[in-house]
Amino acid sequence: MIQTLDQIFVLLKHWLLNFLPAAWQPAVGVVLSVVCIIGVFPALFAFTTVLERKGIGRIQNRLGPNRVGPFGILQPIADGIKSLTKEDIVPLKADAAVHFLAPIVLVVAVFMGFAVLPMGRNMVLVDMDAGLLFYFAMGASTEVSVFMAGWSSRNKYSLLGAMRAVAQMISYEVALLLSSVVVVMMSGSLSLVKIVAAQNQYSWGLPHWYIFTPWGFAGALMFGIAATAETNRSPFDLPEGESELVAGYFTEYSGFKFALFFLGEYVAMFSIAGLGATLFLGGWSAPLAALQFIPSWMWFFGKLMVAMCVFIWMRGTLPRLRQDQLMNFAWKFVLPMCLLNLFVAGLWRFMGDGLLRWVICSAILILAYVGMGWGEMKRKHLGPRTYRYAE
Amino acid sequence: MLGEGILKGLAETAKNFAGSFVSAERMITVQYPEERIAPMEAARVFPFLVYDSKHPEDSLDWEAGMRCVACQICEKECPPKCIYIEKSKDKKPDFVGKMQIYPARFDIDISVCMSCQICVEVCPFEAIKMDTQFELATDDRFGALLLDRKELAKSNEYYHHIHPTEAAEVDARLAAEKAKANAKVKAAADAAVAKAATQPAVPAAKPAEGNKQE
Amino acid sequence: MGIAFYLVSVLTVAGGLAAVLLKNTVHCALAVTTAFAGLALLFLQLDAQFAGFAQILVYIGAVAILVVFAILLTRGSETPKGGVFSKTWLAGLAVAAAIFAVLGWAVLQVAGSLPQQNAAPAVTVNQIGEALMGRYVLPLEIIALLLTAALIGAVIVAMHEKEGD
Repeated sequence: MIQTLDQIFVLLKHWLLNFLPAAWQPAVGVVLSVVCIIGVFPALFAFTTVLERKGIGRIQNRLGPNRVGPFGILQPIADGIKSLTKEDIVPLKADAAVHFLAPIVLVVAVFMGFAVLPMGRNMVLVDMDAGLLFYFAMGASTEVSVFMAGWSSRNKYSLLGAMRAVAQMISYEVALLLSSVVVVMMSGSLSLVKIVAAQNQYSWGLPHWYIFTPWGFAGALMFGIAATAETNRSPFDLPEGESELVAGYFTEYSGFKFALFFLGEYVAMFSIAGLGATLFLGGWSAPLAALQFIPSWMWFFGKLMVAMCVFIWMRGTLPRLRQDQLMNFAWKFVLPMCLLNLFVAGLWRFMGDGLLRWVICSAILILAYVGMGWGEMKRKHLGPRTYRYAE
Repeated sequence: MLGEGILKGLAETAKNFAGSFVSAERMITVQYPEERIAPMEAARVFPFLVYDSKHPEDSLDWEAGMRCVACQICEKECPPKCIYIEKSKDKKPDFVGKMQIYPARFDIDISVCMSCQICVEVCPFEAIKMDTQFELATDDRFGALLLDRKELAKSNEYYHHIHPTEAAEVDARLAAEKAKANAKVKAAADAAVAKAATQPAVPAAKPAEGNKQE
Repeated sequence: MGIAFYLVSVLTVAGGLAAVLLKNTVHCALAVTTAFAGLALLFLQLDAQFAGFAQILVYIGAVAILVVFAILLTRGSETPKGGVFSKTWLAGLAVAAAIFAVLGWAVLQVAGSLPQQNAAPAVTVNQIGEALMGRYVLPLEIIALLLTAALIGAVIVAMHEKEGD
């Protein structure tokens, strides 16, 4: 029974495929999985928009949307109908072809990332040998679409937003890659399925998740920061800073194309949260050996939603960074920490078992964190800045 | 230490989030169409014209009791020029009994009005005051936003209801003025009587006592 | 050599041609990005996953963006009016054809001396890593040194500018 529940989607797919001739089965199987991914994540996106609006409302002691349906749960349907029925306006001077292609490129690139994420035991679309590399390649392609959107709109706010977004994404992509490399170093594989398998072991009922090691914790922290910046989420949402840039690179988009950008942004958050869960939180593995009877896909989606809640919580808490703080933080704090973490991971690997490696590795990381944080605060790169007015 | 402030902030928002479910006084939202809070006394939206009604329950005498004398000061002072007044040809007695012209037409375009209250400040007759009615949305953009004198006319009782303090002051001032006017009329009458006593010729014209109002 | 190969080839060649022929420089940059993507797909068709993904990551994620930034920072955002194709399309085509000819000639020269293989060797990322860290460690280190030098140079250029104001 437990086995069946765990594999229910896999079994369902095989049962459906059995009705088809053998020659069609592989192709139809892929199409089925793709349809599921394209169906599930937008539905989750719709749910998350309500969750976010109500959650941030509660953080600010408001009620949040509560008019459409019971407790406002049908709000995304109303929003969707509104987006679809709105007039699609393309600016007169805009580069129509590029303007049209940008949201499509974004959504396609974002959905591609899910191809390699294992969402449960045996639930992965393609188990690629270089899965992680594929994921980052797709993540890098979204930058092009952001640039296309900003440039083709012929609007200075759009262009500024796109330039900011691209600069930010390139800066934090380095940190994102370097913080993931420690996991690759330890598991010895770029395949996400193998990375999860390496973490799906238990000693004394506790899992071998990478976040429970000094280098894994530091890596997860840096990954989280870089992921937030990579998806243009608050506090790194400068590219769409509405007080300065209207809406950033999608200022000139309306109706369905705007909805596509919105969707792309949220789906990118899901996919990067899924990647973070896979790399550091053991993917679909249960947090305790005793809890393994709960289906693996529930653990994956549970971790995904917890990560989304943290994203929402951060958005409700932190004010937006300034551009120079953003860049200083990326290049002078996150990047050196990531590089140091690589070194610590190597040290961990070659020190052998024992308490000593825990003490030394933790000490190096904590000292570096405190020291660098203090130095940066002292030089006012990250801390509050005094303003001098025109003299 | 770096990140300390972030953790403090996260704790604060978490406290807010959890608190919003347990303590009702945190949630200050008024769910407007169902719940309403009475507008504050000093609130002002658009002007209205005050009329004095002899029978408060009957609103038919709005035209007779209207305080406005069509002096057109408000029309001239209105910064966005949203008031339009046409004077009447005939006259009717005002609250002290003096014969005055009245507005044959008094329109305010509330799509133009900016709620500055200058018309209220300049009116020497306490005839125009600020309303607190704010639910004025309409689907008729030109017709329904141009209020004519019938739509603008509201009774003195209504004025008392929305701005009690201010209306009491206004009433006191008007009563004082009326007493002064009555005293003047009486003095004039006494003088006339005294004059008639010395020169018994023509009977003095009696002042129109019937116009006395409450 | 299925239909996929022809589709990808058409995409790549069209992207390359558009990059040479179009008038608007940003369009050219986007077209060359398409060509990069087609090239990555060709790599993937040959079962060279690492090369394919590295192509996307480096060329689309970094080089294309760099090109676009360079265009916007030097030329401004003014767009040439009238016509889709560049006035110098013939010259562009000629240069492209010349480079293609040289490359083709070089490949054909070498092709004869290579052993004929029917099946492409399946190379895993692991093997590539081992080769890079083992046999090719010296070239790797030299490239790393070169890139570090470039990075330091860029930082120095940026710092110099800051002192000026």
